[in-house]
Amino acid sequence: MSEQQTHRAPSLVLESVSVSYGEQVAISDASLQVQPGELMALVGPSGCGKSSLLATINRMSDGVSGCRVGGKIWLDDEDIRQRGDLVALRRQVGMVFQQPNPFPLSIIDNLLFPLAEHRVPRSQRRARAEQALRDVGLWEEVKGRLSQPALGLSGGQQQRLCIARTLVLEPQVLLLDEPCSALDPVSSRVVEALIRSLKRRYTILMVTHNLAQARRLADSVTVCWLEGQCGCVVESNGCEQVFENPAHPITAAYCAGEAG
Amino acid sequence: MADRVAWLAGLVLLALVMVPVVLMVTALWQQSADVLSAGFLLEDPGRAGRSGGIAALLISTAWILGLCLMVAVPLGLGCALYLSESLPADSRRAQWLGGVLDMLAAVPSIVYGLFGYQFFAITLGLGFSILSGALALSLMVLPLMIRSAEQAMRAVPMGYRQARDALALSRWGWVRRILLPCAAPGIAVGIILSAGRALAETAVLLFTAGYVLRRPDSLFDSGRTLSVHIYDLAMNVPGGMPRAAATAVVLVGLLVILNLLVRRVLRQPMTEALV
Repeated sequence: MSEQQTHRAPSLVLESVSVSYGEQVAISDASLQVQPGELMALVGPSGCGKSSLLATINRMSDGVSGCRVGGKIWLDDEDIRQRGDLVALRRQVGMVFQQPNPFPLSIIDNLLFPLAEHRVPRSQRRARAEQALRDVGLWEEVKGRLSQPALGLSGGQQQRLCIARTLVLEPQVLLLDEPCSALDPVSSRVVEALIRSLKRRYTILMVTHNLAQARRLADSVTVCWLEGQCGCVVESNGCEQVFENPAHPITAAYCAGEAG
Repeated sequence: MADRVAWLAGLVLLALVMVPVVLMVTALWQQSADVLSAGFLLEDPGRAGRSGGIAALLISTAWILGLCLMVAVPLGLGCALYLSESLPADSRRAQWLGGVLDMLAAVPSIVYGLFGYQFFAITLGLGFSILSGALALSLMVLPLMIRSAEQAMRAVPMGYRQARDALALSRWGWVRRILLPCAAPGIAVGIILSAGRALAETAVLLFTAGYVLRRPDSLFDSGRTLSVHIYDLAMNVPGGMPRAAATAVVLVGLLVILNLLVRRVLRQPMTEALV
């Protein structure tokens, strides 16, 4: 990956963000700050609004009926909630989901299709697709069968293909929603190594339930919690600080496995 | 033990379903054995259907069915796309529209026939014609087509939709490359059911396409389909039963061929290479 892309990774700041579905508040007053090229893990028990928070950053939440978002979300110095061009935003902020979801196309078409959709010149598509496959360490495994169905790949390979499909559009921010939780331990290790290799080049916000994984990968950690029926951020700090010297008793209990 | 009982019960049920089908086909085959030949397919009928074959009726049937599907399939897919892609399944509008479609699908065909006669034949001045019949038939099968296609489209995995949104794919690109190929088997079932219902229909066509026995020269000519011919031979023509049975065998054969054809076409890879 080019040096140029290292410098393009923006900072990501959430200021008092709240998400509600109708009358139900999923998370309120959530603030956090991810430095350029940093990987922040978003941890906490199920139902505390981590994924809802993630979906506000590329405005996937816009498509959910009854979903309202408050607060400000800054990419560098631009509030993305004021952006009119959702297509450009989603090219800038890529997202990978819990379940690998490659399209029922061939391996190569999973990458060429988004490129064609975003009107990348035909002459560049093949090279970009190959580069994305190399970036996720999949090229050597699939180069002889690019035209075979993507759904024939193993779970871990499918997830890496999905990451490649996101990278091929050259985003600056990556949102990873429990990217390893549906994978077996071996595949999970491979995807984890891939995520580690993407640090510094992209600003990454990753939801995970796996505290050990957060500790292995993250530069900083945000702990979400459920107070009453509503999610909130209890602590957002450097990884070592959160695990070794937590500022909040809930964080201490959660990291010690005594709560959540 | 429980597995074996369930397996045996399944086998018995399958046999119970298959026995009437086999009996029906056997009875039709026996009754039509003296009539069925290549000439029966190639000759036009004579003496009100008592002699000759069914060539003219095959042509009328093909025209009416083809035209009916040409109208119903694109219109049905368009409506299904709107329902599945623009309205959440649990929205009030989707449920209301779904209810209306289910009600329309259950309306007796004779009602479509009366409406088709009044609207297409009289109001639009199309008279008793292939066109009137095909349009009335397409109205009749449209709810079935829409509902089948809608269900098939809604069944496309949510993960693909998430990826579509996250990658900011265009609506048209999504529909063309992912949604329609994924939903193709369900759409095929809708087309087969619609075509089957249209092929088997008599009431609608008696009121709209008429039952003239000659070959149609244009879409504005009256024409008789195979099922109308079966009805007419069996009910109105003394001694018409063997030819009615032979026509029924041809009709069943056509349905089987249509079924295989649609499945084959929709099983083709629908995703062309982009490079």
